[in-house]
Formats: sequence, C-alpha cells, structure tokens
Amino acid sequence: MTGVGAAPTLGAPADSGVRSAPARARSRSVLGYWRLYLAISPFYLLFLCFGLIPVGFSLYLSFHRWDGLGSMEYAGLSQYRYLLSDGQFWNSLTNTLIIWAIATLPMLFIALVTAVMLNSAVRFKNFYRFAYFLPNVTSVVAVAIIFTSIFSTNFGLANAVLQGLGLDQVAWLNTDWGIKISIAVLMTWQWTGYNALIFLAGLQTIPTELYEAARVDGAGPVQTFFRITVPMMRPIILFALVVSTVTGLQSFTEPQVLLANTNNTSTFAGGPGNSGQTMVLYFFQQSFDNNDFGYGAAIAWGIFLVVAIFSIVNWRLVQRGEK
Amino acid sequence: MKGTRARGLTLHISLIAGVLVSLFPFYWTIVMSTHSSTEIFQYPPKLLPGSHFDENVHHLFQKIDFFGSMFNTLVVAVSVTFLVLFFDSLAAFVFAKFHFPGRRALFVIMMGIFMVPAQLQAIPQFVIMAKLGWIGSLTSLVIPAAANAFGIFWMRQYMKGSIHDELMDSSRLDGCGFLRQYWHVALPVVRPGLAFLGIFTFMAQWNDYAWPLIALINPDHVTLQVALSQLNSVNGTTDYGMVMAGALLALIPLLVVFFIGARQIMADLAKGAIR
Repeated sequence: MTGVGAAPTLGAPADSGVRSAPARARSRSVLGYWRLYLAISPFYLLFLCFGLIPVGFSLYLSFHRWDGLGSMEYAGLSQYRYLLSDGQFWNSLTNTLIIWAIATLPMLFIALVTAVMLNSAVRFKNFYRFAYFLPNVTSVVAVAIIFTSIFSTNFGLANAVLQGLGLDQVAWLNTDWGIKISIAVLMTWQWTGYNALIFLAGLQTIPTELYEAARVDGAGPVQTFFRITVPMMRPIILFALVVSTVTGLQSFTEPQVLLANTNNTSTFAGGPGNSGQTMVLYFFQQSFDNNDFGYGAAIAWGIFLVVAIFSIVNWRLVQRGEK
Repeated sequence: MKGTRARGLTLHISLIAGVLVSLFPFYWTIVMSTHSSTEIFQYPPKLLPGSHFDENVHHLFQKIDFFGSMFNTLVVAVSVTFLVLFFDSLAAFVFAKFHFPGRRALFVIMMGIFMVPAQLQAIPQFVIMAKLGWIGSLTSLVIPAAANAFGIFWMRQYMKGSIHDELMDSSRLDGCGFLRQYWHVALPVVRPGLAFLGIFTFMAQWNDYAWPLIALINPDHVTLQVALSQLNSVNGTTDYGMVMAGALLALIPLLVVFFIGARQIMADLAKGAIR
C-alpha cells in the first residue's frame, strides 16, 4: 500500500504523500496541521479532564484522609496498610473470585458447546443467534429485578420448582452460597450467548478439511470437539477468558440490584453477611456511603492491582498459546 | 443417513432448549407483570399471563415518575450517541487517513486508556462534577461520555479498510478541504460502521447504572435504570407485579432498537473479536 492512506511507519516523512508539494513546504511546522489536531482534540480534552486528572487525583487522594467536605489530612501509607489488614476487603476479594469462578468457567464451556451446535445447524441459524444474544443487550437492572423475583424465598419460581420436586426450599438471597450462586446464574444467563457468538465467528475460520479428515478417520463428535475444535479455538477462547475476567472482577450492578432490598444498612453491602459484596461494591460503600474518599481511593488502587495481575497472567497464557 | 437425521434432531432439540432458557426470563416478566400481588403469592405459581397488567402499571406510575425518568434517559442516550458518532468518527478519520507529528504517540495514549478501571476515576469525577455544580444534572452524564477510545479505534479500523486512497486523492484534486472530505467523502462510505457504533453506544447509555446512581443525587433527574432500582429496594413486601411491569416497560425501547440493528450488531461484534 502506498499513497495517502499508507500504514503509519515510524521514521517516515511526517506527511509523505498527503499533500501536494507546495502545501507540504508550507506545513512543515506542527502548526500547519492545526485542523487535524483540532479534530482529535475533543477526545483528549475530555480524557484530560475526566480521565488523566482524576487518575492522578485518586493517587494523591489515596495518601490522604478526606470526607469530601473538610480539609485533607496527609496519611502516608497508612490507608494501604489498613487495606492489607481489612477483613472486609479480603472478604469482597474472595466473593469476587468465587462468583467469577462459578460463573465464568461453566459459561465459557456452555458457550463453546452452543457455538459448535450453532455452527453445524443449517436451518433457523439467524433465529437462534438472535435468541441467544437477546439476554446480553437487555438492561442489567431489569434483569436483576427479574432474577430477584425468581430467587425469592417464599414465592420465587426457583423454590416453587424445588418444592414441586419434593425438595426443601432454599433461602437463595439470604444464605452465603445461595447469594453467590444467584449472582453467578444471572451473569451466566446474560453472557453465555454473547460468548457463543464470539466463538461462532472463530469456528467459521477453521478450515472444513480438518473436520472432513477427522470424519474419514472415524472420529466422533466428542473426539472432534476436544481434538480439533478446542485446540484450534485456543486464541479466541483466551480472548473470551480475558474479557470475562476483566469484567467479572469489576462486577457491580448484578449484586447491587439483586441484593439491594435484602439489606437495609447499606445499598452497597451485597446482601446478608456481605456474602455478595464484590470489590467494587465495597469501593462504593466506603467512598459514597461512608464518604471516606481517601480510603475509597486506596481500595480503587487495590482493585486496579488485582485486575492488572490477572490481566498479566492471562496475557502470559495468550503468549504461550501463540508459540 | 438415518444416523445423521437423528443427530440433526438432537441438535435442534438442544438448541431449542437453550433458546427456552435464554428467553424464559422475558416470558416470566410478562407473566409476573400481569398478575396481582395475591396471585403472585399463591402456590403453585401461575405460569400463564393474567389480567392485572393495567393495575400494576397504574401502581408503577404512582410510585415513580416513569416517563420523566425515561425522558431523561432518552435525552442522555441520544445526545451521547450523536456526540460520540461525531467526535469519534472525526478523530478516527484523522488517525486512519493522515500523517502528522505525534500521531503514533497520541494513538498509543488513546489505546492505553482502555486499561484504566472506572473506579479510579469515580471519586475524582464526582468531586469535579460537584465543583462544576453538575451533580444532579444530566450534564454530568453526557459530557464525560461524549468521546471514547473504543469508538475511535473501531471507526479507524473501519475507515482504513473502506475509504480508498484513490477516493481521497481525487477528492483533493477536486478541491475538497479537510472538513468536506470528512463530511462528503468519508462519512457516506462508513455508514454501516457508524450504525453499529451508534446502536452500541445508545444501548450502553440506556443501560448505564453505576455512574448515574452516584452522579444523580437530585431525585428530580434520575434515569430509568436508577428509578427502576429504587422500586426494587423498597423495604418490606415488594409488589412484584408492579416492579416487573416497570422492568418490562423499561425493556421495550431497548428491544426495539435491538430488533432494528440486531443483524448488524451481531455480525460486527463477532468481527471485532476475531480481528
């Protein structure tokens, strides 16, 4: 590719081929590009005001005590030290990881199986894709409200089914594991179809000759799935894993709406015994319920660190897969 | 032959079972929103729609300013969508088709912004909004969302592939300046990419919850999602018929937008993932 839209190559003349020769001479100086800078400036201005300055300020804030009204008080590392010994933070971290594990791993597996089935279905393909994707585009708030009614102890549908089967009722939104399972079910329901569509797109790039060869060699569907589909899909499975880890570690709306009415002390408590309190819920509780902005900022950096560690581990996995 | 047919049947039965699981909560919303509280408390549960929808909606409108909050959400979602489409496509056009000093560094900075978690910005943004006097007003939702890195990246990829250099050259020979190239040459070519970004942005704004919950302390100006969640957090016995009627009505506009753009959304989303 040459000419106007040539790919950016480092060290190439800044405006090679973009303008005619006299224009080029005129615009040697940076100012000559003012139109271009002006065109990209809105994003950078917004980023400066609502991205960069806030991130810097939250770092500053994490070393101070501040309730948002009075004066700030320098606190050094004490808030980070407190974070490390804060049982409620560790509880929220454990909750987040448990909910992530029981939601994400089954979800990715079901999504992959669904995608394989969708890939071999000839009829009604668009209808299926549409129906599977619908949960993902609907509002989490509305969905969480719907699931609150399904998991309600006395007249929820989940317990009605258990009762119909002759089993005991479960206080879904009032017990430690019930809360975590409810949140995980809600997440799985919302994201399985999304991941299935992503996987489907990946499946369509696998050459069909591979499957034909396997069939000639007498491989069954299960063998084909684990010997061809899963290895060929490795990069895209890891992509889905990375995305769902980053979003899963920052889950907020699902537990907040699902559990808001079962606890009247704080809207961010995550239900009885804080069993559904994720890291982000705890962050909101400290920052906006307790107005402890300084400690809230320290929690935010704690969350950032956790997400970063998981991203690096994931990234390593992707890299190894590409070797 | 017989084996493949049986396998095909199993396949469709499994897929339909998946569809039922996928769609059931929507059906359940309809069922719940059409029953009175006394009917909802009965066992066994009612599995078919009832006749109390009007009553539930009536209670809903007494409890919250449903149309007011829906109007607020609409104002936010529409303004953000137009701002994002304009600013993102303009920046993407520059990044895709022009060379200028610092372009690489600026692009890398922009991509780096993806990685910053929202929590790091929440407190300072709240403080900034408070200082500006925007807390409780819809401005606090619109302005920070008016341009984003994802949209610029998406449109840049799209423009690189679809706006040909010959088109740029000939339009320049015809005397088009930068703005006319953007408006008359680039935008018409990338209309499908804009449609995806627009629908995607609209839906994300319509569903946004965490930031509006914090920024809209003033009860005059809540968005639909915040109003809905307030219904759910009423202590004591919840009137589920009313709450579910609210959830259902709030989903309708979203579903309409999705029906219009579904094909494009599903195709483009997958394309973005394997790129």
